[in-house]
Amino acid sequence: MSATREVISSGNELSAMAAVDAGCMFFAGYPLTPSSEVMHVSSDLLPKKGGTAIQMEDEIAGICAAIGASMSGIRAFTATSGPGISLKAENLGLAQMAEVPLVVINVMRGGPSTGLPTRVSQGDVAQAKNPSHGDYKSITLCAGNLEECYTETVRAFNLADRFMQPIIVLLDETLGHMHAKAVIPTVEAVEADIKLRKTFDGPAEEYKPYGVAQDEPAVLNPMFTGYRYHFTGLHHDASGFPTEEIETCRKLIDRLFRKVEEHEDELESYEEYMLDDADILLIGYGSASLAIREAVNVLREQGVKAGMFRPITLWPSPEAKMHELGQKFDKVLSVELNMGQYLEEIQRSMGRLDIEKLVKVNGRPFSPADIIEKVKEVF
Amino acid sequence: MAFNYDQYLRTEKMPTLWCWGCGDGVILKSFIRAVDKLGIDKDEMCVVSGIGCSGRFSSYVDFNTVHTTHGRTVAYATGIKLANPDKYVVCVAGDGDALAIGGNHTIHGCRRNIDITMIIIQNFIYGLTNSQTSPTTPRGMWTVSQKAGNIDPTFDGCELAIAAGASFVGRENVTAPKKLEKLFVEALKHKGFAYVEALSNCHINLGRKNKMANAMENLDWIDSITISKKKYDTLSPEEQLNLLPTGILKQDTEADEYCDMYKEIQEVHQGLRGKITQDDFKKKI
Repeated sequence: MSATREVISSGNELSAMAAVDAGCMFFAGYPLTPSSEVMHVSSDLLPKKGGTAIQMEDEIAGICAAIGASMSGIRAFTATSGPGISLKAENLGLAQMAEVPLVVINVMRGGPSTGLPTRVSQGDVAQAKNPSHGDYKSITLCAGNLEECYTETVRAFNLADRFMQPIIVLLDETLGHMHAKAVIPTVEAVEADIKLRKTFDGPAEEYKPYGVAQDEPAVLNPMFTGYRYHFTGLHHDASGFPTEEIETCRKLIDRLFRKVEEHEDELESYEEYMLDDADILLIGYGSASLAIREAVNVLREQGVKAGMFRPITLWPSPEAKMHELGQKFDKVLSVELNMGQYLEEIQRSMGRLDIEKLVKVNGRPFSPADIIEKVKEVF
Repeated sequence: MAFNYDQYLRTEKMPTLWCWGCGDGVILKSFIRAVDKLGIDKDEMCVVSGIGCSGRFSSYVDFNTVHTTHGRTVAYATGIKLANPDKYVVCVAGDGDALAIGGNHTIHGCRRNIDITMIIIQNFIYGLTNSQTSPTTPRGMWTVSQKAGNIDPTFDGCELAIAAGASFVGRENVTAPKKLEKLFVEALKHKGFAYVEALSNCHINLGRKNKMANAMENLDWIDSITISKKKYDTLSPEEQLNLLPTGILKQDTEADEYCDMYKEIQEVHQGLRGKITQDDFKKKI
């Protein structure tokens, strides 16, 4: 257990603090409720340490500037909500294709469209899996409490540099604006754990940024260091230049999948709460898990043995673990602040369709009573 | 001795995908001569391009190069420049790239006056995608998306850049490569946002539909609609109507540059100076 400190803060603020503590030097974004505090806090903290935070002219420019800064070799991030992810989608695709590390905070609100700007939702979970067109393998982390708004943002920066691709961190309006005490790692502990992207230090003429093993990410050196190479969103060869050569194109997309799929053990993260002796399995994530946890506690006081499984890395999903739980539990209830976006992944992983669901899409958070009532109704 | 372009080119990527007789090669060579004239080290420069024929510019030059999404060159370049304020950052975009899909970024790059040189390869048409109307296509010309004739008003990117606040604005024609080189030199030397339009021919996708199917006919037409700013300024508004002035159209060396200004922001947060106030600026609104 690393050294910790106590702070009183909000999820959005913690997320920005985490970015700065993780060595991020660049933020670019656009105001979007309920995520704007991430920009506000970054605008104070980053210039203080010699970094940059810029409010751009639109959501698209926000992600483009952040990708540009990251291409040049520094840690960079942006923050937004669902409508902003929709606008950023094409450039998320470029970051996937060109393998540019980036952290994207999405503080979810009600959708589709303008939806419920100041209300909570978990409606962007499906979008986070494939925000851009084309084939690639997304990595999405989901904070389930205030502490994780900090720790998952830190983890996202290390994963971005490890896997060389954008990492989406899902918060939601409830967590983003919740203001309370949080116990988070010290700055020193975070700094000690920073793992920056790999670089190549051989002769420039031997440098092949995309010429890596089929399960490994690109090795992208910082700009202006003598290794002049090319970024592109087109299919490209080992040197990074556009190509339409059949086998090279196939291998590129195959590698974008395999660099993630063959290292899912480095990504997997979940919590099991009171599952050992449980009869009823509740599955939920994000701020909904706060109500589920309380519901489990109350149900147990009433003699109902409920437990919770909470995925923290949503994509790739903990499918093997969920499959195992699907074998073990007859009674399974999925709880989401959307119409059942993750339920489909649970059904697929468990290989069964008889999973009860509790959904809420009116912009209000779950109350433990909602969940207790549903458990009593269906089981 | 002939100028050695190869030292700045990725010769293994040649030939270019540009059509025979295309003016883009003239722009590429003029740019290279300008870089050479200024003695800029290849490791000190990043070239960012968008989508279109102009988008391939970045893959041919041996600098740090980025081929971005359609219209977003200035946004990417802004991130690169802010993270590396002491390096040269150059955008290369087409007229559709810079003035249609990326118009917003062009406006705000100009407004911030960030030290980026933006080269617009302006050929009055969407060339790569086979002749659709661009914001700069002259009214009454024929395109595949407006076969009956273009009714959309024609956009003057230089006027836009001047109005939006770019501190350096210029235009040249590929039929004058020496002048183009000189304009690039001035733009690269300039501290602030430099918007430079290089008028180029697309005899294939503009010309073939508009009775100038070979390069020379297309170039002659460009010559016929361009005039030096010095002469342009002596004309009446009626005479100016269908002409594009060339040369340096705006050069303001006093304007605040964005990266310099951001250093002040850093100093405020580091306690090295008081907050920035309206009194810090001559022009406030």
